[in-house]
Amino acid sequence: MPTAPAPVELERPETREDVRPDVPWVTIVWNDPVNLMSYVTYVFQTVFGYSKRKAHKLMLDVHHKGRAVVSTGTREEMERDVNILHQYGLWATLKRDT
Amino acid sequence: MTSGFRAVRGGVGIRLDADEAAVLHSMASLVLELLGPAEDGGEGGADSLEALVGISGSAERPEDPVLARLLPDAYTEEGDTEAAADFRRYTEGDLRRHKRENAEAMAAALASLPPGGGELVLDTGDAHAWLKALNDVRLALGTRLEAAEEDGETRVRIEDASDQAAAHIYDWLGGVQETLVQALMGARRG
Repeated sequence: MPTAPAPVELERPETREDVRPDVPWVTIVWNDPVNLMSYVTYVFQTVFGYSKRKAHKLMLDVHHKGRAVVSTGTREEMERDVNILHQYGLWATLKRDT
Repeated sequence: MTSGFRAVRGGVGIRLDADEAAVLHSMASLVLELLGPAEDGGEGGADSLEALVGISGSAERPEDPVLARLLPDAYTEEGDTEAAADFRRYTEGDLRRHKRENAEAMAAALASLPPGGGELVLDTGDAHAWLKALNDVRLALGTRLEAAEEDGETRVRIEDASDQAAAHIYDWLGGVQETLVQALMGARRG
């Protein structure tokens, strides 16, 4: 299973260099009544290499606030992250940070 | 009744009786049925090139809410409809394949048990396949039962005996998955 999906064609041609660091893309995980809290924490540790403390805090943000930004980067990187999170069954989306 | 997973040398272990193994096996089959047959394009034909380059998938979000939860949209902002369709077209086939392989790994391990049940040991790779497959089963059951959080508790909709059975399995699987997460976290610390 490749971890990087083929890049989605963009409406405006955009190279990595064109992505200004102050407007990155973000991956958002949404609260879900099914996924176990421990599981979500474990997935954040496994997928992003976050410490247990950071992963736990992010999981609580998702749980209490309904959603949380779990990673930031280029559009391609966020599409890869969303793809992996979908493999784990987390409800993840990406968007340009505003 | 199984006490769930625990960390063992080289991975995780679980003791399952025949009934428990049968339930898990049927749940893996359920996910495989939901995901549908592999799109290998082996017959040749017009679609085989598309399959080869990995864009054989549909751009449409599945209508079935269970399948839509297993294969969710990646873009949900207003005006992102086209990006969501493109992402799905390029990645959904792989996502389906990944989920299918996890469920198949789970079914294969269960099929290796003796008829009366017994002890199953999974290496880390298989343990992660099980972790995701168990979660997919719980997503499928939870979506069908319209699981929702109310006052910090998860509630499901039960209207008949079939819902009751599904809810019972859903709860049990949650417990089993929890022990698997704990065993894997324990192994990581160790």
